[in-house]
Amino acid sequence: MMRQYFDAIAADVFASLSPGEQATLWLAGETSDFVRFNHAKVRQAGEVKQLYMTVHLLLGQKHVSQKIALAGILVEDSASLHQVLVDLRSIIDEVADDPYLLMNTELQSTEHYEFNLLPPTEQMVADIMKAVGDADLVGILAAGPVFKGFANSLGQRNWHEVASWNFNWSLYSHGDKAVKRGAAGTRWDTSALKAAIAEARSQLALLARPAKTLSPGSYRAYLTPTAVSELVGMLNWGGFSEREMRSKRSSLLKLASSEARFSPLLSLRENTAAGLSPAFQREGFIKPDYVALVQEGRHAGNLVSPRTAREFGIVSNGASGGEESESLDMAAGSLPKVDILKALGTGIYVSNLWYLNFSDRAACRITGMTRFACFWVKNGEIVAPLDVMRFDDSLFRLLGSELEALTAERELLVDPGSYEARSTASQHLPGALVRSLNLVL
Amino acid sequence: MLEQIESRFRALNPAVDFCSLRYVEEANETLSVRQGVAEPLSRSLDRGAIITVLHQGGCGYAATSDLSTAGLQAALDRARQWADTSRGRAVFDFTGYQPARPTGHYAGPGVEVALDWNRKQLTELLMAEDAASQFDPRIVDRTVSVGRLDVTQLYITHDGGSVAQRFRALVPGLVVTAFANGTAQTRSLGGQYNGYCRQGGLEILAQAGLVGAGRRVAEEALVLLAAPNCPTGNRDLLLLPSQMMLQIHESIGHPLELDRILGDERNYAGTSFVKPEMFGTYQYGSALLNVTYDPTRSNEFASFGWDDDGTPAQKVWLIEDGLLKTPLGGAISQARAGLLGVATSRACSWNRAPIDRMANLNIEPGDTSLASMIASVERGVLMDTNVSWSIDDSRNKFQFGCEYGQLIENGELKGVVKNPGYRGISATFWLSLKAVGDDASVDVMGTPFCGKGEPNQSLRVGHASPACLFGGVDVFGGEA
Repeated sequence: MMRQYFDAIAADVFASLSPGEQATLWLAGETSDFVRFNHAKVRQAGEVKQLYMTVHLLLGQKHVSQKIALAGILVEDSASLHQVLVDLRSIIDEVADDPYLLMNTELQSTEHYEFNLLPPTEQMVADIMKAVGDADLVGILAAGPVFKGFANSLGQRNWHEVASWNFNWSLYSHGDKAVKRGAAGTRWDTSALKAAIAEARSQLALLARPAKTLSPGSYRAYLTPTAVSELVGMLNWGGFSEREMRSKRSSLLKLASSEARFSPLLSLRENTAAGLSPAFQREGFIKPDYVALVQEGRHAGNLVSPRTAREFGIVSNGASGGEESESLDMAAGSLPKVDILKALGTGIYVSNLWYLNFSDRAACRITGMTRFACFWVKNGEIVAPLDVMRFDDSLFRLLGSELEALTAERELLVDPGSYEARSTASQHLPGALVRSLNLVL
Repeated sequence: MLEQIESRFRALNPAVDFCSLRYVEEANETLSVRQGVAEPLSRSLDRGAIITVLHQGGCGYAATSDLSTAGLQAALDRARQWADTSRGRAVFDFTGYQPARPTGHYAGPGVEVALDWNRKQLTELLMAEDAASQFDPRIVDRTVSVGRLDVTQLYITHDGGSVAQRFRALVPGLVVTAFANGTAQTRSLGGQYNGYCRQGGLEILAQAGLVGAGRRVAEEALVLLAAPNCPTGNRDLLLLPSQMMLQIHESIGHPLELDRILGDERNYAGTSFVKPEMFGTYQYGSALLNVTYDPTRSNEFASFGWDDDGTPAQKVWLIEDGLLKTPLGGAISQARAGLLGVATSRACSWNRAPIDRMANLNIEPGDTSLASMIASVERGVLMDTNVSWSIDDSRNKFQFGCEYGQLIENGELKGVVKNPGYRGISATFWLSLKAVGDDASVDVMGTPFCGKGEPNQSLRVGHASPACLFGGVDVFGGEA
């Protein structure tokens, strides 16, 4: 239904363009139920129904855009968008010709649907509360359809519509000791939910043991895929961006100049084909199935937006304006999951990292905290939960000289983020065994 | 529009114990110049409403960008469904809870006059600052920008409450990167995340010092490029307001949020080392530490007349003479915890439900001049402008980094150092507060990007602070 609305409103807007004008439309909408839990009870519950259109008006090399919230009512919204066109026309002469404007003229219409197979969210809430029982669960359930559409006045149309759920939660033992889990999908599976909660419950017994406090120093460590996600997520702060590389602010500058390198075990790529995000971006460029970013430890490429491509005279690879990874894929290693503790021997098992930031971006040096279920492991056996510790270390070390192995199995981590709108980003990552991780506080 | 929304809401005549509507309309536009070229002009007009229903102990909400009568009716019906679903399953039974029914108007600074938003002149100003920053081939990237923001809010209750509020804000920014011999340094005006954000009109450009900043910031980037790394060791630490804002935010503001203390954020933003029983008894900092929550300070970024649950704004001492007194908790959290709080129930927009958030969180000035503080230091580091921030989920172990550092030796400022950073523990750090700067050292800062909540919310906050001196802090620099 939203697709028909979008096509109709696009036809209406484009029919009203004056000679010489071009336009694009970008629609982003969702109807999401959000239910927060604390102490296994409902903290806040509600629905958000939002619809935004960005109108981009072009006249030669001049262009301006406006994002506007819409009602989802064709007649009313058409009137609003006609007024947006009037407003944009009134200011387009105030802007200079843009030498870096690059519009897509190669028409490629696409569509992707995952129709709504979800039960009522109220049923999911009941399932969760029944499965949790008296355990101390805190977290968020998000459910409902998300849709994104692109249209241009040249005739291209792209549509992406997925109805999904994302349940991101923690089970608490006591204090700050907890097991964190997350799952997402397009079909609700009550038995999988029960199994996941039961598995998390089983770890609570380990967390109930007396905690061990480590002294600052270097420790052998295993990082779960979730912890690895936090580390490589920092590379999304401009590390994969061609523009940031050219501006000398990229954390991978030394990698690109071959002054530093990662382990030959490390290969990263933007894998749009296997990801959950739309394969088109706001200017209508289609993303390739994958873009190699790091190949066997060496720099292999960057994400290049159309604007950056025009600025530097290079070819775009369909990146969004922020040149951030949305479907990051790290190649698997050879360490079987069942052998992780044995391979770790004595050291720390890091389930989650938290609140990372650069302590020296040029050196790709990152600080952050351990969080949730982290354990001291001795001779291949979990001995005690750990109190939180701060690390400060370079990724060129952790995923370079200190990287001993990556796991053979990988996890698909679906971003539960919902700043402004529900994220469609995901990562497909292995766990990492490192010879030393520097703890500082 | 406000009259239409109120009329449509009143016509719904909801048969529930309590119902409110919060409408938010937000228009913004940003002008930006990068490397001598104007970036694409983008504007946004966001508007929508959230309806909250309290009924027979349950609570639910529904937010919609469909503001027609039918759209609001559908939102009311959905909010009622969620109130029914949550009844008996929620952390708080709303039976007997009495929300505020406020009436009145609030107009922030600048909203009563038209903003002289002359794009051509403003772009010329940005171009001039950009050009002024390009005087050396080692300057490799420059961006200068100014954003405007106009917000109208309406909060109405089914039984007569009605508050209309209007705000205007300006957000200038300037960032310059210098590069040579494989090393880069980035310097900014007030931070790379728009620290000079304030409510008001174009006078903020002068307050922030945007005119003339291009050359000055670029010169400082070049000085940093040639500077040694900040030394490692235990030294006195003098923080200027552009770093104090972050220190206050992370290690006082967030740990005092009552919803964190109540556990709501344990899956995401985290909990707090502060426990309910600590209010009124816990010595948070030295006797020099006075922290106020003040949404009435009109030119700060997060000023208002009422919060998003209708509680009137009031200046409140959270920490007085170092003693912890009051949590950052809105009306619902206060009812849950049995503690008095402040008007701090806030949402990022119409499409999120309010939670406990900082608004303007400030440190009250002391009586020590900046020069006196420097003169009192035998061996220390001055740090300016936040660039890196990280703190544990209980808001205790922190590590922060700044753009610019300067050594202090025997009471005098000495050489500039790059990549200055420091780490500590909130529970002990504030006890090391040795001196608080006077009025002359105060600056009004803020951030447009404070993240918290599930679903996630990025919110505007303000922080006014004097320069502050701390004793015996672990400092460090970058890689050799």
